[in-house]
Amino acid sequence: MTELRGVGIGLGVAQGPVARMAEPAPAPSDAPSTISADEEKARVTDAVAAVARELEARGAQAGGAAQEVLEAQAMMAEDPTLADEIGTRLAQGKTGEFAVYDAFASFRDQLTAMGGYLGERAADLDDVAQRVIARLRGVPAPGVPDPGHPFVLVAKDLAPADTALLDLDKVLALVTTEGGPTSHTAILAREKSIVAIVGATSATGLRDGETVIVDAAAGVVTTDPTADELERAQNRADARASAASAPITDGSLADGTAVPLLANLGNPDGAADAVALGAEGVGLFRTEFLFLSSNQAPTVEQQREAYTKLLAAFPGKKVVVRVLDAGADKPLAFLNDAHEENPALGLRGIRALRASEDILREQLTALAEADAATDADLWVMAPMVATVEETTYFTDLARDYGIKTAGVMVEVPSSALLADRILVDADFASIGTNDLTQYTLAADRLLGSVASFQDPWHPAVLRLIREVGDAGRANGKPVGICGEAAADPLLAVVLVGLGATSLSMAPTALADVRATLLQHTIAEARDIATAALAANDAASARSAAQRAATR
Amino acid sequence: MPPISRTVRIGSAHGLHARPAKLFAQAAKDAGIPITIAKDAGSPVNAASILGVIALGIEQGDYVTLTADGDGAESTLDTLAELLTTDHDAEA
Repeated sequence: MTELRGVGIGLGVAQGPVARMAEPAPAPSDAPSTISADEEKARVTDAVAAVARELEARGAQAGGAAQEVLEAQAMMAEDPTLADEIGTRLAQGKTGEFAVYDAFASFRDQLTAMGGYLGERAADLDDVAQRVIARLRGVPAPGVPDPGHPFVLVAKDLAPADTALLDLDKVLALVTTEGGPTSHTAILAREKSIVAIVGATSATGLRDGETVIVDAAAGVVTTDPTADELERAQNRADARASAASAPITDGSLADGTAVPLLANLGNPDGAADAVALGAEGVGLFRTEFLFLSSNQAPTVEQQREAYTKLLAAFPGKKVVVRVLDAGADKPLAFLNDAHEENPALGLRGIRALRASEDILREQLTALAEADAATDADLWVMAPMVATVEETTYFTDLARDYGIKTAGVMVEVPSSALLADRILVDADFASIGTNDLTQYTLAADRLLGSVASFQDPWHPAVLRLIREVGDAGRANGKPVGICGEAAADPLLAVVLVGLGATSLSMAPTALADVRATLLQHTIAEARDIATAALAANDAASARSAAQRAATR
Repeated sequence: MPPISRTVRIGSAHGLHARPAKLFAQAAKDAGIPITIAKDAGSPVNAASILGVIALGIEQGDYVTLTADGDGAESTLDTLAELLTTDHDAEA
């Protein structure tokens, strides 16, 4: 067997024969046209219109988010600026095929140069160009293969037109060799719960018909799997399917140790769904939604109304609210207007709130009022705390406003290392594993080119989490986890072994984690954590934990 | 009638990419008169061109200048300005 690595989307696992997406046709040659520029222009106009209508029709069939994307692509095909660019090339005696290819390429280069989100939209444009050129050549447009049996689709990157119409009964899993965690393939795989691994660069060598295992939880494609490996993967897929329908119980280990399972929410509207999926409370309520859509801070009344709605959904239960976490990927003009070279290292989180303390004071006022009006157990925490001094600043202020339980998020390595002192003052700590990983590995978590560093299994991250777990035990204070790491069932066991006392995650992940926790005692969880800690890197930590868990 | 211009601040949390860019370019196209959009002091591009609009790389909080020329220019600019200052992602 060989293992090909990429970024897994979700936690599923699947197996089956590979079917590759047809490679794009070769680029048209720059030979002079043999017909007049007007005749070429008429051909291109027809082809562009036909492709636009086809994309619109596909959009209407797919509906939802896919329809928006496909309609945008149809507009790209008929874009007036692009038509001018094509016209200029036709006037120089180029063929329609080459003019289309070259004009699209110039826009593509512009988007790629802008990087990030816009760079990933370049794939949308490539897809439109391929379709127009195929139409001009009179050949079928590149698209999803149809081998006549279920398959693992392997492609460079999937265009929205392809993903929108994937027949889920036929597609067992998706593997792309390009594209990052924010590519269309990734977004749609999440939306439709398809097992997917993106950016698996070495998957270019996969052949049609060969059997592979696609393990999204591990981000690994296994080629030439043994019968044993195939069986294990099948068992996991079956276990996952049955966990989804298992009865909902409070989170606990095999020996009865309680591990409350909480929900991450970004809006009070999600509360009912979270309760239905068995959330025992809220481990992370993000308050940004109140702020991101406005050019100024919401009023105390507006905030109180939103918090009251949330707290009322969880009577008698714990609800951890994080005060505004602005900056970096969530800039807010009224908090910080300055341009920063490295916003992730800039004036964000508690630093930004401190600089605009009235916003923090208003938020604490609204939270205390909502708490008084409801029966939930309100905990409030500050984001991006880096020092003991910031901890004291926040907890003092929160208690001044009558907040009964005030804590901090541990996302910066400095606060993990000093957790024993931070937890003297803070009532609790909650570890944000996404940011903790980004800061520990010094890799921007929004950047596709360094996405492979963003793995919370890294032993350096696990060691920091152990520091916080130990500090929690020594001070008798709870330590929660509220990053995506808690949604990875085996990692959830490791986190509990490292000292986490509660886990908070997207509500859809609760069933998987609940089922896995029930398989291990606290002593086993500690052994599994010890095995992971002894590894050299994230991949070997994961496999060491897997071995320890099956002993 | 001379062309008229208006400067507005972008309200969409994700700037003028993807869905907001599509809505804007579609509205500009449907208006049926020449309209341009420029970011800050940059050179204007055809507002009906989704690619031209996306390539400006407009983010939330940026200022853009719309210019329209022809019948109903005033009311067209009203509609487009409204589109740009609304946060479309917040509705979803």
